[in-house]
Amino acid sequence: MLGYVIQRLLQAVLVMLAMSALVFVGVYAIGNPIDVLISPDATQEIRAATIRHYGLDLPLWRQYLAFLGRLLQGDLGRSFVLNMPVLDLVLSRLPATLELALASVLIGAFVGVPLGIYAGYRPESLVSRLIMAGSVLGFSVPTFWVGLILILTFAVNLNWLPAGDRGPTVEVFGVGWSFLTLEGLTFLALPALNLSLFKLAMMIRLARAGTREVMLSDTVKFARAAGLSEFTILRRHVLRLISIPLVTVFGLEFGSTLAFAVVTETIFSWPGVGKLIIDSITSLDRPVMVGYLVLVAFLFVTINLVVDLSYALLDPRLRRGGRAA
Amino acid sequence: MSAFWREYRENWFAVAALVVVVLVVAAAILAPLITPQDPYDLGNLNLADARRPPGFIGSEGYTHLLGTDAQGRDLYSAILYGLRISLQMGLAAGAVAMMIGATLGILAAHAGGRVEQAIMRIVDLQLSFPAILLALVLVAVLGQGKVPLVIALVAAQYAYFARTAYGAAATERQKDYVEAARATPLPGRRVVFRHILPNCLPPLIVVGTVQVANAIALEATLSFLGLGLPPTEPSLGMLIANGFQYMMSGRTWISIYPGIALIVLIVAINIVGDQLRDQFNPRLRR
Repeated sequence: MLGYVIQRLLQAVLVMLAMSALVFVGVYAIGNPIDVLISPDATQEIRAATIRHYGLDLPLWRQYLAFLGRLLQGDLGRSFVLNMPVLDLVLSRLPATLELALASVLIGAFVGVPLGIYAGYRPESLVSRLIMAGSVLGFSVPTFWVGLILILTFAVNLNWLPAGDRGPTVEVFGVGWSFLTLEGLTFLALPALNLSLFKLAMMIRLARAGTREVMLSDTVKFARAAGLSEFTILRRHVLRLISIPLVTVFGLEFGSTLAFAVVTETIFSWPGVGKLIIDSITSLDRPVMVGYLVLVAFLFVTINLVVDLSYALLDPRLRRGGRAA
Repeated sequence: MSAFWREYRENWFAVAALVVVVLVVAAAILAPLITPQDPYDLGNLNLADARRPPGFIGSEGYTHLLGTDAQGRDLYSAILYGLRISLQMGLAAGAVAMMIGATLGILAAHAGGRVEQAIMRIVDLQLSFPAILLALVLVAVLGQGKVPLVIALVAAQYAYFARTAYGAAATERQKDYVEAARATPLPGRRVVFRHILPNCLPPLIVVGTVQVANAIALEATLSFLGLGLPPTEPSLGMLIANGFQYMMSGRTWISIYPGIALIVLIVAINIVGDQLRDQFNPRLRR
């Protein structure tokens, strides 16, 4: 087990190194950061001094090593535009995105799974067909379009919910949260619903497929023979049996939820990291782009590592050989 | 082929979707002939006609069936031209991604050993990373334009093709006919192209169909975020983005009609892809 853990950890570190190199070369080497840093009418001396100050006269590999060294000390550089450390900037925006992502994942679970179980329990009924048609739409219709329709319906036409921004937040542990007040919740509702649609569609499909399979199994036959009510069977047996793949996909999906928040946050002007990266791209703020990408890569590598290791805990075959049969 | 078509015809829903796809493609190709205005020629645009509702008769004397956008473009014309760009980008990205992905996948399955390990590790890693972020960063780094956009879309999508091709080729690899072909003195290249590749095509075609729809959606999303093509040649995503700011004031048609065109196209392609998947799936064969 220990050997397997070490092997996976080393792999994760390697991947992280490769990612940081790719991001660095991609963002710094292509195009010329000097043009962004220095105004076109600066004198030759100022130009040279600025280039030396940022170390841009060094060969690329030395720039990368310096970048890596700063990275290991938790220094992601300073934003060109906002002139503050990138790490602080990202961390100050992260709670808003986490809150949004968490809310959407919860909607996906508590709405999607029951709908999916129903669709798998009565696959031929009209309601099930409607649910499945909805999930097909959820998969294929782009997120930004659904966001527009949500704003148009609930904010412009019905005027029930605010169309954007975060509204008031409550400070807990020095961080502002929206979900603690009723008014904050109204601001959270539309973006969370928008972001949850893809997950909702996926949960419905997974839960339906799992339920259809489990309903044919002996477990359900015996439970019925024992006289349990259909609802109890669904809740106590079916839900438990289908929950393992659901939880796995959920963990993996949480990372991509953070990524997809880019679109939702832009539409609803939600002040999270997704909006930060779009703003930094449009203002060519390279350190913010690099810092965000390195953090996202780190997040993904960590999630994959945790998933791999928890599989190893659950599946004894992986523990020994380090490879599934 | 005719048997395939007969089976396809049994699902009227899929036939309807195919008809829609064909009509949309035809409309996009014929756009210059069936639209009253070339929306990319700035000389044609009249700001006095801007933001007019559907049915408005503009200064040029014809009716704007779907209204006009903020620059005074006839929306009906702009949508058809936008569909053109969306389809171009989707098809180009899909084709290139399929070529690169299929080559990598089949190469991995054929070569085995370290090559297989290396390629599939990278592919799996990329599949776990959200495509939209990758495309976003590439477009931001490479700049605006059709070529950078296609590169970004290909980079975001080739991994799906590689996975599919690898899966199919790895199954074929174990079959007797490949074994037999390898036992002959034919060069390995020929075995791959004449024997393995044709049998990997059905799943690749299915993934290709769905990925073209995904590429179109991704392009629209990037354009909506202002990172796609230059604003002088608006694609559907940019038309929607431009109309977004007028939506609050009730001028909804600027965003809604391009959006409907986009959704109809994407959903129709997906339905066709679903039907193809069912027909290619040997487990559902009668």
